[in-house]
Amino acid sequence: MVNRSMTTEEISRVDQIIDKYEGEEGILIQLLLDIQQELDWIPKEVAERISQRLNIPQSQIYRVASFYTAMSLTPRGRHLVSVCMGTACHIRGAPRLLDRITDVLKIQPGETSSDRRFTLNTVNCLGCCALGPVMVVDGKYHGKLTPAEAEEVLKNYD
Amino acid sequence: MPRINSPAELEELRKGILSNRDPNRPCITLCSGTACHASGSEEVAASIEEEIKKQGLSAEVDFRKTGCHGFCERGPIVVIHPEGICYLQIEPKDIPEIISQTIKEKKVIERLLYTDPTTNKKIVHESEIPFYKNQERLVFGSNGKIDPKSIDDYLALGGYSALAKVLSQMPPEQVLEEVKKSNLRGRGGGGFPTGRKWEECRNAPGEIRYVIVNADEGDPGAYMDRSLLEGNPHSVLEGLIIGAYAIGSHEGYIYVRQEYPFAVENVDIAIKQAEEYGLLGKNILGSGFDFTVKVHRGAGAFVSGESSALMTALEGRVGEPRPKYIHTVIKGVWDKPSNLNNVETWATVPLIINKGADWFRGIGTEGSKGTKIFSLVGKVNNTGLVEVPMGMTLREIIFNIGGGIRDGKKFKAVQTGGPSGGVIPEKYIDLPIDFDELTKAGSMMGSGGMIVMDEDTCMVDTARYFLNFLAHESCGKCVPCREGIKQMLNILTDITEGRGEKGDIELLEEVAAMVKDFSLCALGATAPNPVLSTLQYFRDEYVAHIEQKRCPAHVCKPLISYYIDPEKCQACMICLRQCPVGAISGGKNQIHVIDQAKCTKCNTCFEVCPPRFSAVRRLSGEPVPPPVKDRVLVRRKG
Repeated sequence: MVNRSMTTEEISRVDQIIDKYEGEEGILIQLLLDIQQELDWIPKEVAERISQRLNIPQSQIYRVASFYTAMSLTPRGRHLVSVCMGTACHIRGAPRLLDRITDVLKIQPGETSSDRRFTLNTVNCLGCCALGPVMVVDGKYHGKLTPAEAEEVLKNYD
Repeated sequence: MPRINSPAELEELRKGILSNRDPNRPCITLCSGTACHASGSEEVAASIEEEIKKQGLSAEVDFRKTGCHGFCERGPIVVIHPEGICYLQIEPKDIPEIISQTIKEKKVIERLLYTDPTTNKKIVHESEIPFYKNQERLVFGSNGKIDPKSIDDYLALGGYSALAKVLSQMPPEQVLEEVKKSNLRGRGGGGFPTGRKWEECRNAPGEIRYVIVNADEGDPGAYMDRSLLEGNPHSVLEGLIIGAYAIGSHEGYIYVRQEYPFAVENVDIAIKQAEEYGLLGKNILGSGFDFTVKVHRGAGAFVSGESSALMTALEGRVGEPRPKYIHTVIKGVWDKPSNLNNVETWATVPLIINKGADWFRGIGTEGSKGTKIFSLVGKVNNTGLVEVPMGMTLREIIFNIGGGIRDGKKFKAVQTGGPSGGVIPEKYIDLPIDFDELTKAGSMMGSGGMIVMDEDTCMVDTARYFLNFLAHESCGKCVPCREGIKQMLNILTDITEGRGEKGDIELLEEVAAMVKDFSLCALGATAPNPVLSTLQYFRDEYVAHIEQKRCPAHVCKPLISYYIDPEKCQACMICLRQCPVGAISGGKNQIHVIDQAKCTKCNTCFEVCPPRFSAVRRLSGEPVPPPVKDRVLVRRKG
């Protein structure tokens, strides 16, 4: 599935993003962020396309894309689960929350379940420490969670 | 929007805005910062809009979605003006009553007010709530009054008057002198004198100079820069333009984390509005001064907040630091002189220009002037953002403003300065907080994170947590940081998992000294701080972990066991049913027993055991007593 080829529609969307930055200097990070936002990941074909069109070596594209956590080189599952591991959440029990979530989803942070239902991520801080420990599923915040409550929340997504 | 061509036209515009605003007209403000958003402020906003229409008040009532008010613990927050009535933890179902009672009938709804925990009295006005009353909100105070997407709101509060003053009355040298005289120090962590930095950049050889806002706030547990940029973007922009004028720069960057979508959105809007009014671009306010600014989104790397790394990222390359034999004020972005300051520093500049350096110097301590915004989080009752004068004691911040420790627990320590900082134990609770005092105590100011820890926090685990963070975030370019942090993390992991050995503490200290002295950038040079400061104040906890295999705070999983006290167990079946791995045996009228081999130490039984029984205990450093056969249940009365 990682190698699924892109549709012509996807390629034209990528081209439009590249058009926006063509001729400017120092744009690689901004360009890749836009593509990440558009496609939810950065497929191999896209790296090739950028390299061809903007004359940037692929090694440089992969260097940037693998350095930053906001960019993903593998496709994501249908639901993105992010668990905040910030200091405030940590001392309020985030590690126990994460343990239960990895048990339930049977994947480790950074992985996608084999049925592509969930991708699990940890984040350094979401800056809503009053709600800690926090888990975000598809942009919806679930705060002051116990491990048992987190398990219940995850049952609602298929 | 009309372009403004002179300071006089700006004042005309301001007058026009104010004359259209009736200060006595009812206005509902709703905190819409990220934290309140997460608590459901969007639904509340929709409900307010709908209810205003439904009750036929569209022509009589204003509604404003503002930036973060800071009292995140009690969000979403609604404040009704002009009275200043403050309602907390508002849900959509409260809105019809607020509109019909408070807006129409001018009646206060008691149940939505703040209750003072000590006196049990209801408090009506936001400014009288102890959380706010004990603060001095100079930089952060406007957040709750303006819609961050409206430049007119900012202008109504006197916005851009400092810029007008500078461009019409002060030559750049005088602006520089004023900032130098104010003794403003950088709010991003280092505390370097801002005026001196500006001067070095201004005097650096070359024609092109850059000014940069560092909003790559990466410290976990710190979110004041986000709230400021998201809630009052024009104040940062105004400071930046003033700085550019003083330094002689015509191009600027705002480097903001992609993970802060509202901040990115609001700052984009702010720039567009300022451009339309002619407060950015060519010939600003008819002064002949040109300045443009671009937004660059950071893509999630802690190390990219370091100044040289950030500048490398602005060039589109991987954001790694470089040695700073030549400072970035001489050679920064594209090798041109570049002046980088943090969000809060920039936002303080207009205040200094408007009120004067002498006024600013009147606030704070000898070495640290002005106020500082702290992100007060962790095991404290009132989580939120607090702005206080430098020199306020930890006790005042944590107890008077923060309302003390949650759940009646005991205060143990406070962690400041993020992963580069350290812990300050209870015996220094009366320490006045400023740049120098925190450094003396073995920690640092950092960007202003303040994580409160109680007796249930393990200090070895805390050190391990930060080193784990740093091991992930180290860019790997220099060996001392990449390998040294990893080795320290290995030792700490061993200690927290019961494999600690005699000599580990000394080895940690040796590696720490090496990492500190030989790392390339500040990430590595400060990385040992979490280890060294916990060792300095909580060495006994390390010793307990290593020698007795005991975690005094009952946090480190491999060192603790869960045990049900047969004398206290009432066989209520609650823990038995909720144990996710079925490790608890027993039944109705049968005392419950945990199978130690099956137990995953998930803490569920400990959490769910009714407090009146408190039968589940966490043991550490002692063996679990064997189950007693045929134990008869001792029923408690009552």
